[in-house]
Amino acid sequence: MTWLVPLPVVIPLAGAGLAVALGRRSQLQRIVSVVSLTSILAASLGLLFTVNDSPLVVQVADWPAPIGISLVADRLSALMLVISSAVTFCVLLFALAQDLALGDPDSPVAIFHPTYLVLTAGVSISFLAGDLFNLYVGFEVLLGASYVLITLGGTRARIRAGTIYVVMAIASSIVFLLAVALIYSATGTVNMAQLAGRLQEIDPGIKLTLQVLLLAAFAVKAAIFPLSAWLPDSYPTAPAPVTAVFAGLLTKVGIYGMLRTQTLLFGEGPADTVLMWAALATMIIGILGAVAQTDLKRLLSFTLVSHIGLMVFGIALSSEAGLAGAIFYVLHHITVQTSLFLVAGLIERREGTTSLNRLGGLARSAPLLAALFLVPAFNLSGIPPLSGFLGKLGLLQAGVEAATPLAYVLVGGSILTSLLTLYVFAKAWNKAFWQPPIDPTQGTRLPAGMLGTAAALVVLGLALTFAAGPLFDYATEAARDMYARTPYIEAILGSTP
Amino acid sequence: MSVLGPDLFLVIAAGVLIAGGAFLVLERSLTRVAVGLILIGNGVNILFLITGGPRGGAPIVDVTPEEAMADPLPQAMILTAIVITLALTAFLVAMAHRSWQLHRHDEVQDDLEDRRIARLAAIETAQERGDIGIVTLDEEAAGVRDETADIVEEHWLAEEDVR
Repeated sequence: MTWLVPLPVVIPLAGAGLAVALGRRSQLQRIVSVVSLTSILAASLGLLFTVNDSPLVVQVADWPAPIGISLVADRLSALMLVISSAVTFCVLLFALAQDLALGDPDSPVAIFHPTYLVLTAGVSISFLAGDLFNLYVGFEVLLGASYVLITLGGTRARIRAGTIYVVMAIASSIVFLLAVALIYSATGTVNMAQLAGRLQEIDPGIKLTLQVLLLAAFAVKAAIFPLSAWLPDSYPTAPAPVTAVFAGLLTKVGIYGMLRTQTLLFGEGPADTVLMWAALATMIIGILGAVAQTDLKRLLSFTLVSHIGLMVFGIALSSEAGLAGAIFYVLHHITVQTSLFLVAGLIERREGTTSLNRLGGLARSAPLLAALFLVPAFNLSGIPPLSGFLGKLGLLQAGVEAATPLAYVLVGGSILTSLLTLYVFAKAWNKAFWQPPIDPTQGTRLPAGMLGTAAALVVLGLALTFAAGPLFDYATEAARDMYARTPYIEAILGSTP
Repeated sequence: MSVLGPDLFLVIAAGVLIAGGAFLVLERSLTRVAVGLILIGNGVNILFLITGGPRGGAPIVDVTPEEAMADPLPQAMILTAIVITLALTAFLVAMAHRSWQLHRHDEVQDDLEDRRIARLAAIETAQERGDIGIVTLDEEAAGVRDETADIVEEHWLAEEDVR
């Protein structure tokens, strides 16, 4: 079944080329996007069920492992691919419904579809990359596409926000490249399987330096405090579907990078303590930022930053349980955060604003919208029995198992963060949905397609709750694989032709 | 050269490029930031070149004996990195141009939150002293090219509504 592995990369890239060629025929362009994303979803699901025996490896162009480019799918990659393709698919449908409803011939749709497909390809490359340099290329592909998407239309606000985003992202990419160069210099390879062995043999001081450099690069991408200030400033101005997919996926690609390199390349070490503190700061400062906001989209951006801290906590614990918790939390967070941003987009479309001071009475005038907001909001805050609660429970258990004083501090921090998240959403709910409307005029009618796709994503979030048992088992097995390391390494290096 | 290990001149060049680039990235103008990022990018690429080990012949079979070959892998990676940097720089410059079209300048703005805090602080001190009519340096600084103005205003309006 190795032929499945390159599909999530090849299909969207081919689709992107086709979509550019069909730039003037928007109907065909839409079909190309939908077909590409559907087939990636199918391929990822296929991978999910076939990687159970051992990781699947494709040596691109048959160049043997340490030299050539390896694409590797193990449990973690497959899980990430499935959730990312499901979410990108839903957001694409949302975007389609939106522009069908707008019917604006001047909107730069022609560029949206190809760029969106390139973004998907970049995400897939990152998840499948078997060497560090290829991971760097994957990041660049998805970031390049994201620069175009965040400045779509080139309006004043988007150029301002885009400037910050692009400069930050390029700077972090340079740090990443620097780390790759130094790692090559220290070990003579960038292949992750080979690095896993060789990094253990070099001087621990140098190893720590390399680790910190890589972590810094990923931390900017994942928006970990103190490298998170760019996120709430740049995400909210982009079009709703773009913000939603960025919020859901892009930061998680950074988290994926950390998951992979921390376990496979570096293992336990002094950097874990630093990560713990960073996780705590990210949670608390992020959520306090959200408390201060009066704009729904900015508020959501701050909750996004805050909950990244929980995943970093899981990674920093350096235990199988912590890792499994982090993986499950990533799955939960991608779907829930994306659906919240889509709902914020719907509110903006209906009322013309996302300012909590201007919104009001939505619970009465738009009950369906209210439900769509409330469910993921509860889910993110971790109300039992939703998946947010289960994910947090997993992380807290792992924290208590670790039983170090710092881990207990982090457990306390996580609980505080959850409570504050609930407070933030209660505040938003009171203002936007329950307070008497400030401006009693009827809002714009929402197209059924947009509501439907947002609802589908909310339901997907709920489905994670029902499937939590098997998913958590799968995540635990993925974590076990990552700690065992040998299956991954053998799959790459052993299959040299 | 091999006695010195990696080429000392290249190490110095990479250092100078990265330091100069870091200085430029801290500037306000997006064009300078772009130039800074180009410099840092090139510095890192040179660093990458050094990682390939000592100099050697072109890594082509039958042209250079195997033991005299340079390591071709960093070269391939640098080439990729150069292409990526080129594309991103082009995008950055296009964005600087667009910013100039819109604002007649290409300055990177302060963080929204920073300006909001600066503005609120300035208003507060002015109110405390009761000299709201006199424009102080703080107030002026807080107000320069400030698109938070409408947000702050909106905030006040809403507060009034509540009252």
